[in-house]
Amino acid sequence: MAKVIISLGNDISTDDIYPGRFMATVLPAETPQFAFFDRTEFNAQLKAKAFAPGSIIVGGENFGCGSSREQACSTLKGHEVAVVARSISRIFLQNSINLGLQVVICPAIEASEGDDLLITADQVVNRTTGKTYDQVKLPAARKGIMDAGGLIPYTRARLMAKQP
Amino acid sequence: MGMTVVEKILARAAGLPSVKVGDVVEPKVDLAMSHENAALVINQYLEVFQGTGLQPKVWDPARIAIIFDHRVPAESPKTATNQKKIREFVAANGIAKFHDVRGDVGGICHQILPEYGYVRPGFVVVGTDSHTTSHGAMGAFSFGIGATEMASVWSLGIAVNIEVPATIKVVVKGEFPPFVGPKDLILHLIGKLTAQGANYKVLEFHGETIRKMSTSGRIAICNMSVEAGATSGIVPGDAETLRYLREEAGVTDPIPCVTPDPEANYIQTVEIDVSTLGPQIACPHMVDNVKPIGDVAGTRIQQIVIGSCTNGRLDDLAAAADILRGKKVAQGTRMLVFPASSKIFAQALDKGYVHDLMKAGAVVMNSGCGPCLGVHEGALGDHEKALSTTNRNFKGRMGNPTGEVYLCSPVVAAASAITGVITDPRKG
Repeated sequence: MAKVIISLGNDISTDDIYPGRFMATVLPAETPQFAFFDRTEFNAQLKAKAFAPGSIIVGGENFGCGSSREQACSTLKGHEVAVVARSISRIFLQNSINLGLQVVICPAIEASEGDDLLITADQVVNRTTGKTYDQVKLPAARKGIMDAGGLIPYTRARLMAKQP
Repeated sequence: MGMTVVEKILARAAGLPSVKVGDVVEPKVDLAMSHENAALVINQYLEVFQGTGLQPKVWDPARIAIIFDHRVPAESPKTATNQKKIREFVAANGIAKFHDVRGDVGGICHQILPEYGYVRPGFVVVGTDSHTTSHGAMGAFSFGIGATEMASVWSLGIAVNIEVPATIKVVVKGEFPPFVGPKDLILHLIGKLTAQGANYKVLEFHGETIRKMSTSGRIAICNMSVEAGATSGIVPGDAETLRYLREEAGVTDPIPCVTPDPEANYIQTVEIDVSTLGPQIACPHMVDNVKPIGDVAGTRIQQIVIGSCTNGRLDDLAAAADILRGKKVAQGTRMLVFPASSKIFAQALDKGYVHDLMKAGAVVMNSGCGPCLGVHEGALGDHEKALSTTNRNFKGRMGNPTGEVYLCSPVVAAASAITGVITDPRKG
């Protein structure tokens, strides 16, 4: 079980998650400091490690829309949070799978800050409200990448398999 | 059953007789483009090879393009150092399609690729930039990916585990009224579809209006297809594609075009008649918050921006110069112009547009992404409003989370520069 640390609306853009003015910072080890930078209080809490690993950011429709910047995923991955959203923008979803950021698509999710959620194999249970919501499975085509632990180990294995 | 353009392109690139929506394929990549975020791609690419005992080697240096545009000239020592590392990588790996910070061959990646004939109809193009959808204007299947995925492409030469996307057919008819053009069409379409209406889907553009549209206009509509969530926008290659590649990009080798089958299967068809369309404005803070100009006319604007991968082409600058010639940018409003490429900048100089714009009071900046992403020039002050021909208006986009960005066409931006408020150019 994990706590919802923020509940956001629809169309949360990558500019919100990781503002463009920090794009010169690219390395995953350095991006977490800028997560949701312009949400000053939330950014400060993240940086102060106020949240337990596995804590959940709840989003509405089209979470992660906009830029392909991978920093938007590495910055959240660095804080060891998970994202549960009603729907997720294509590139953000792919980047999350590639980097191993836990993302859950849950079209009807309703959860407020402070709620306790339990993510099962195919559902999300809001223990605070007592309601249960179905997940939409991540694309089957991505299973290989997830099983390998991300796109880097996956590509490495594919590369090795190609060697004579 | 027939295939859409993208299905045909993916079937060819995956070496299959046919594909259908939902199939998982691994297409060979014809062109892999990155900008300054190649610094991250290089980092991830080297990590792929770690512990393998293999010498890192890109699959095909001739199919990799790297263009510096996001922060040129560098705004910080960090960016300058990233650019330096990329330059070293480019030299060590023999990457010839490299466009450095230069006043002759530099520019925005989404202009450089078509301008130099790097993209052809039927290509599979990936780019570490969401607006890679732009190259659908050349009849290619072109989509944005993250840096780690690009590292995988550099290593393997294929895009792994791609699901064949469904296609929405967009049929556009009618002639644009005066002062209305491709930007208004795409803003209208995004408003209609919503910001996620085409998520995981392709927008395939058809109709007489598209056939008659210049490549510049087609790039603008494909560029912004991603703002409706689309994986890609695409205009099937035709006579205009060939004209552009031959006459403007100087391509001399054969250019086969890929067209959809008449009985291709579309998930949805959208029909638009532009003959009754007026200027459209995307209001803060979402691109799908689109309103007819009348709803926001009179809104005071502190910064006008004309340029970007969406609307920084020669015809855009010509349209702005025609409106501003002999006039002045309003006091209290500043106007920034950044051409999409150095070549366009030089053409605009030769034709006198740069002179017209500067004389009116505009600041003409070097080619690059400029103020669009709020990184190093043209940031907004607290609570200032911008009217811009760029493609995004998310909160914080132009460098200040309290600022507001309205998106419009070049003629609306130019007419509004004179008055200092959002102005309908039809009433000028």
